[in-house]
Amino acid sequence: MAGEPHLEVEGLSKSFGALRVTDNISIAVPRGELHAVIGPNGAGKTTLIHQLSGQLKSDFGRIRLEGADITRLQMPERVRRGLARSFQITSILDGFSVLENVALAVQARSGSSFRFFARAASEAALNAEAMEALARVNLIDRAHRTAANLSHGEKRQLEIAIALATGAELLLLDEPLAGTSHEESAALVALMQELKASHTIILVEHDMEAVFALADRVSVLVYGRIIASGTPAEVRDDPAVRAAYLGEEEAA
Amino acid sequence: MTLAASDTKDDAAEPAIENRRGFGIVSREGAAVAATILFAALALLPLLASAIDDPFLIVTATRIMVFALAALALDLVLGFGAMVSFGHAAFLGIGAYSVAILSSHGVEDILVQTLVALGTASLFALITGAISLRTSGVYFIMITLAFGQMAYFFMISLSAYGGDDGMTLWNRSTVLGSDVLESDLVLFYVVLAALVLAFFALRAVVGSRFGRVLRGTRDNATRMRAIGFSPYSYQLTAYVMSGAIAALAGVFLANQTEFVSPAYMNWQRSGELIVMVVIGGMGTLVGPIAGAIALLLAEEWLANLWEHYKLVLGVLIVCLALFTRGGIAGAARRLFRGGRHGG
Ligand SMILES: Nc1ncnc2c1ncn2[C@@H]1O[C@H](COP(=O)(O)OP(=O)(O)OP(=O)(O)O)[C@@H](O)[C@H]1O
Ligand SMILES: [Mg+2]
Repeated sequence: MAGEPHLEVEGLSKSFGALRVTDNISIAVPRGELHAVIGPNGAGKTTLIHQLSGQLKSDFGRIRLEGADITRLQMPERVRRGLARSFQITSILDGFSVLENVALAVQARSGSSFRFFARAASEAALNAEAMEALARVNLIDRAHRTAANLSHGEKRQLEIAIALATGAELLLLDEPLAGTSHEESAALVALMQELKASHTIILVEHDMEAVFALADRVSVLVYGRIIASGTPAEVRDDPAVRAAYLGEEEAA
Repeated sequence: MTLAASDTKDDAAEPAIENRRGFGIVSREGAAVAATILFAALALLPLLASAIDDPFLIVTATRIMVFALAALALDLVLGFGAMVSFGHAAFLGIGAYSVAILSSHGVEDILVQTLVALGTASLFALITGAISLRTSGVYFIMITLAFGQMAYFFMISLSAYGGDDGMTLWNRSTVLGSDVLESDLVLFYVVLAALVLAFFALRAVVGSRFGRVLRGTRDNATRMRAIGFSPYSYQLTAYVMSGAIAALAGVFLANQTEFVSPAYMNWQRSGELIVMVVIGGMGTLVGPIAGAIALLLAEEWLANLWEHYKLVLGVLIVCLALFTRGGIAGAARRLFRGGRHGG
């Protein structure tokens, strides 16, 4: 079939004990789409990202990447097949330089890492590609800092640079804007707008302004279920969504 | 040159941060300088020994360097891989027994003995590491301890090779038919050369692609998986390398003491190696060498002073662990920086 979705999810579920956190989720994301997943706190968005990225095993359901079943693959294998994620709670290598954080992601897909003598930090090819990723998130001038010393917003940008540097064409971004300043957030929105030309993106985000500006389609997750899925306009006007989610915010 | 060519950190503006668990807190350059001074001092030690007419100094120093080599090996997994192996004495024992057993069958050449030692230790590390690395944290400690004790009890049960009593070597290993190692001075310089070589080789390894994956996994395994690395094979490789180097230390230990016994392999020995690495400074390479020197010298001196010296030693170790973050290497770095910046 020609129009095979980039990512196809069927009946995905995950329970923690008696709590069913994601419940029979099905989504199809065509290549090049930016698909936003929104929903109140605790809805199961991060759990869904964990399942899609392979960090968590799913109890039920299937995940297909470009038609190939990846349900049983581990996270590193999924990354090598072009599916990378960012973390809601910043997860970087604090003691490494910003450049090395990104260069490692380049290293992971550039030849063998069973090389024991040449100094990795001096590999010009890895560093040059890492610098390109840093340039996209405006962190060039921070490249030689220790990652722990970045501001919170800069760390969020570094998360994105690392995900980009994996070379993945499908990105799962878990609240990339959380905790960024107004300018940083505007820059990241502009970056995601650019990335839409080259990447398929699943974006979990609470910033509704950004979501409605960026998304081709939106799915609304409430208590682990998708209660609505469609274009931003359709979702905005959906009565169930208004009741369950958007309404709360407008009322607040 | 690309804009990314430089990899130096502007240390003056920004002191190297200590990562949460206190690994690797000295700079690369600092460690190399400290190690070079240390090695130079060791190389000159025989002069001092002859000046004060104390040949025993060389024997003691050789013994200390043997343990420094083993501690260095342990630092690769403990300090750079956050794998707390509590069974590393087994590798020391495998190296020592390779010499003793082969020698009892008339194979006295050190090259052959070393090859057998490295091969056996690598195989043992591959099998036990493959199993141990399926666990982590406290379980990893327990399971490596269990494998170490298995090796220990295996040697005790092997009565053909001395069992509990151990084996005495009739002579030291030969080098291509020559008995040069019978000289304590030659053995001293051979062990020093091995220590220097191991230090600079491991220094390259931890800075290489492989070492960067290992260090990254130590700091944040989830992050490494999320960029496409499966840490297991890297950790296992490090474990095998570490085991092989520790076995090399065992080859020298057998030659130094001319006696081999299961006591080299028991868990107290493994614990001592961990203490050397931790009080010296994990993940610094130079630290474990300093740690071995400090621990064994302290033991020697205290043992002369008081029969219950282990009590004092225990207190000293507790103080070091509590008050010097990053061990001796960390304390040295602070002292050096403090002096340079005027407090
Ligand atoms: N490892 C876990 N064990 C038990 N319960 C968990 C676990 N992880 C998440 N949960 C629970 O699952 C539910 C969904 O959590 P999740 O983090 O997926 O929500 P979310 O939609 O990402 O929320 P937020 O918008 O706050 O990030 C929550 O009730 C949470 O407490
Ligand atoms: Mg979340």
